[in-house]
Amino acid sequence: MSVSNLSVLVVDENKIRAAIIEAGLREAGYERVEVVGETFGLIRNIEQISPDVIVIDLENPNRDLLESMFQLSRSVKRPIAMFVDQSDQASIEAAVEAGVSAYIVDGLTKERVKPILDMAISRFNAFARMSRELQDARDELAGRRMIDAAKTILMNAKNIDEEEAYKLLRKTAMNQNRKIADIAQSLVTAEKLMNDK
Amino acid sequence: MDKVRAGFIPLTDAALLIAAREKSFAKDAGINLELAREISWANIRDRMAVGHFDIAHMLAPMPVAAAIGLSPVPVEILAPMALGLGGNAVTVSTSLHELLRENGYDGSLDPGIAGKSLARLIGRRRDRNLPDLIFGVVHPYSSHSYDLRYWLSACGIDPEKDLQIVILPPSFMPDALSRGNIDGYCVGEPWNTASVASGAGAILTTKSRLWQSSPEKVLGVSKRFATAYPELLDRIICSLVNAAIWCADSENHAELAEILSRTEYLDHSAKIILPALSGNIATTGEQRIQDSDFFITFNRAANFPWRSHALWYYSQMVRSGQASFCPENVELAAASFAPDLFRRAVSQMEIAVPAANSKVEGALITATAVGAGKNILYLGPDGFFDGVLFDPDKIEEYIRSQSPRE
Repeated sequence: MSVSNLSVLVVDENKIRAAIIEAGLREAGYERVEVVGETFGLIRNIEQISPDVIVIDLENPNRDLLESMFQLSRSVKRPIAMFVDQSDQASIEAAVEAGVSAYIVDGLTKERVKPILDMAISRFNAFARMSRELQDARDELAGRRMIDAAKTILMNAKNIDEEEAYKLLRKTAMNQNRKIADIAQSLVTAEKLMNDK
Repeated sequence: MDKVRAGFIPLTDAALLIAAREKSFAKDAGINLELAREISWANIRDRMAVGHFDIAHMLAPMPVAAAIGLSPVPVEILAPMALGLGGNAVTVSTSLHELLRENGYDGSLDPGIAGKSLARLIGRRRDRNLPDLIFGVVHPYSSHSYDLRYWLSACGIDPEKDLQIVILPPSFMPDALSRGNIDGYCVGEPWNTASVASGAGAILTTKSRLWQSSPEKVLGVSKRFATAYPELLDRIICSLVNAAIWCADSENHAELAEILSRTEYLDHSAKIILPALSGNIATTGEQRIQDSDFFITFNRAANFPWRSHALWYYSQMVRSGQASFCPENVELAAASFAPDLFRRAVSQMEIAVPAANSKVEGALITATAVGAGKNILYLGPDGFFDGVLFDPDKIEEYIRSQSPRE
């Protein structure tokens, strides 16, 4: 059996992340990859696919269900252990940090399965980084809009131009040791309160 | 301030940890208690294994399972304290409840009567070739699973053959019940009350009736942490005992329900959380009970980690085929509960602590005063509904007596 013959089941309710993992596994030469998202029917899916390796995200509420299945010989034909190597504390730590966990059927050697876990860890980390960056970008955009709104308020109230309005915001932020976006937010909120009739 | 990181699952019996933080019992003990909500018991175990959590809200059988090597991730966990007694119930769909009434159940919540009607119904369903009933529990190593199986077996129902028992996360139970995916479940609060309130289910019996004053959640502590920071662990335990005393006062129940209902904790209506705390519980659309024993947070030594409790779980692990019986496992299971650590921690507090580490479960038929140092402590009643005693010194005989007869 070549490496690509191992069948891998990815259990993840996050469709984008599941697709990223699936793509990563296929690129690495694993052809038998299945993705399961929903809760109900998980057991049936696992019985049908009979995977060698299961990768599951830690936010998944079905981990307890999944582990209980490994005890029932009638559900899963072969016993499944957790992680590539129980004594490999560093792998376990890296996986939990990344938010992923993996189960493998008993008897598979560490060398054959470790690449799968390592790939899952790195893709989970990449996904988390991407989500964080996306959130940062959203925050920045929202902040910029807020600053524009605050500038308009200042320009109208004090009859100054845009550059002066911005300087005023920046100076206030520096004096109060706060972000410009926060000062802008306060100003917009205050203006709303004053004009709310 | 010492930072302590704790994991919990959103359930009413996480109350002690949450109250310790929100009512400043932890802060007063110099502890910055950080609480992290988790979605599965497997996560709680893994995060403790890798050192993310120092302590955690845990199913009482989890430290026992870890001690005898049943855990998929190697981790050493001690239970130096229990987080209360009772708190669970068995809920069935309203349609199953009606069928049980037609088969001799009298609405009394008596486990014996309810179980007999269930056995009769299962027999009749089999005669008509109807599919197996399906019950949900939350974890293979949980009181829910062992209590449910014990009850069924004692009523002549084989939990492995006469029906199906499946694992589901606690918060999924009401939904699965109302959709008809399952017919009943054994789970902690607020998930029984939630089904009664929505009209999808009825409470058939309670843990306080199956086994009075019985264990449910414990404070799980990684052995590494307990060994490295004994003085800090003492303070954690004291602050949780103070929280337990506060939680036990009926005057605080409404406030506790409000705290637990918050988004960062149970994220569920306080109205659904309060019944388990007050014991005033709607069991069907029409019936209410007043059960002050439903969930005991402090009284009757509710925080004491009895080794006999750890050993009862072990006996049920053997009974259900999860573990094998051997004297080494008996020792490991017993040692996972640490009554000595509890005694050391509360030695400066004015509370009564049992002098023994184990008791014969079921020996106390009524609340009984026992000497505990200079104080008097009331223990029990602690009986199983079928009247069978569990003597931890005779665990092998006990397991043998429970083996299916040919």
